[in-house]
Amino acid sequence: MTTIEFVGSEIERDAEGFCVHPEQWNRTIGEGIALESGIAELTPRHWQVVEFMRERYLTTGTAPSVRALGKESGVPVKELYALFPKGPAKLAAKIGGIPKPRGCI
Amino acid sequence: MPRRIVILGAGTGGTMMANRLRRRYEPSEASIAVVDRDDRHVYQPGLLFVPFGLAQTDEIVRSRRRQLRNGIDFHETEVEQVVLEDDVVRLADGTVLAYDVLVVATGAVLRPEETEGLTGPGWNERVFTFYDVPGAEQLARALDDFDGGRLVVNLVDMPIKCPVAPLEFSFLADWYLTERGVRDKVEMTYVTPLDAAFTRPVASQHLGGILEEKGIQLVTEFATGEVDGSQGRLVSWDEREIPFDLLVTVPVHEGAPYVTRSEGLGDALAFVPTDPGTLQSLARPNVFVLGDATDVPASKAGSVTHFEGEALTENIDRFLAGEELSATFDGHANCFIETGFGKALLIDFNYETEPLPGRFPNALGPLPLLKESRLNHLGKLMFQWMYWHTLLPGRSIPGIPDAMPTSGKELQRETV
Repeated sequence: MTTIEFVGSEIERDAEGFCVHPEQWNRTIGEGIALESGIAELTPRHWQVVEFMRERYLTTGTAPSVRALGKESGVPVKELYALFPKGPAKLAAKIGGIPKPRGCI
Repeated sequence: MPRRIVILGAGTGGTMMANRLRRRYEPSEASIAVVDRDDRHVYQPGLLFVPFGLAQTDEIVRSRRRQLRNGIDFHETEVEQVVLEDDVVRLADGTVLAYDVLVVATGAVLRPEETEGLTGPGWNERVFTFYDVPGAEQLARALDDFDGGRLVVNLVDMPIKCPVAPLEFSFLADWYLTERGVRDKVEMTYVTPLDAAFTRPVASQHLGGILEEKGIQLVTEFATGEVDGSQGRLVSWDEREIPFDLLVTVPVHEGAPYVTRSEGLGDALAFVPTDPGTLQSLARPNVFVLGDATDVPASKAGSVTHFEGEALTENIDRFLAGEELSATFDGHANCFIETGFGKALLIDFNYETEPLPGRFPNALGPLPLLKESRLNHLGKLMFQWMYWHTLLPGRSIPGIPDAMPTSGKELQRETV
């Protein structure tokens, strides 16, 4: 884990690039992480998902899975994969400044 | 007046809890009612063997009622709804059960219809699951007729019951097709949404190595969006395609349907948010949850349910006595993994410690961890007897502690 200067803010990120402290996050950091993950621009649809993820994490302590996102975020699964290629839940969590979803064991 | 304990589900967890609690309390202290929709208790680990003719259905199904001790009321009907506000459960036959403590043990159900095309053309003809009795039986006939082509084993999405089962199925299919002399005419592929063969790194490496040894291709990060049974195509959400002649899939799972009808009880997938240590539901202090029905970050497996039993019994006791809950479950799981040709692997892990190599149950233990051996295979076979005679009655397995033993594990090899 390392603390780095990232798009003008001090943030601590883990080896895979997830923010360790959600409170260090802001939207500019989110845009920076999106860019380094290959998403050139975050559209309102992206933000709808990222904000839903983040809010859910902050209120319940866990981030939803892709299937739960598809049922609850207002963005269907097919579109989630178009917006966040490969792993929508992981990528939206990373952009939203919350730890990597623990996923399923 | 006796306290009223209502247990929903008479599978592994519900049966075990009913028997444990019945032993703990006199009938004058507590009444115990158990609800399940039918009287067929399936030994689910046995389903893995059915497609290969290694087990028959009648050997793995018994009466639910007969696994319960005397003094337990069994209601054979669907649960309509839990009304948390009123501390009552409404049953489909019109009965209303009031409770002081509710135990949710209704497990997970298969939802194949959630995946586009999965139950369409080809379902139970070239697309199968072995996760229920009819599916496993139909697959047995299909495998018997399968003389060559592309066999794809797939899991659609996590969480699933027994996450090692699709791997075991692949290993056994390799053995079965070899025995039948057609293995060289079959191209086998294992397709998973995970980024490796299994959920945790060290075990993934070992299990991925076994796939490779057996000539089974591994496709990772494949999130299945559609199954096209008529063309024989598995299609991912990001539009990759994998062709198949025979598909063995594990459909997505959800909690029991009544959970969704019970306001405030479950999450979007009908699993019940549960404290991973105390096993108390987050919905209400007098509702406890165990087994596959929870959302705790442990495997959905019978061994986990068994290891939860002691902490849960203790906490229910404390709750009824008005004391603070103190017992904590550590996420302990213990799974034999069949690898074919009369051998098996054993893994033992918990919330914090991933499956590691070593010996079990301690440094001098007879069973090697994460390593193929005949003894592990015999352990797996013997386990069926223990299931009916030790687990369901709610007794501990001699020599196997409920908390995960660390002695015998090569902890230094753990990757962080």
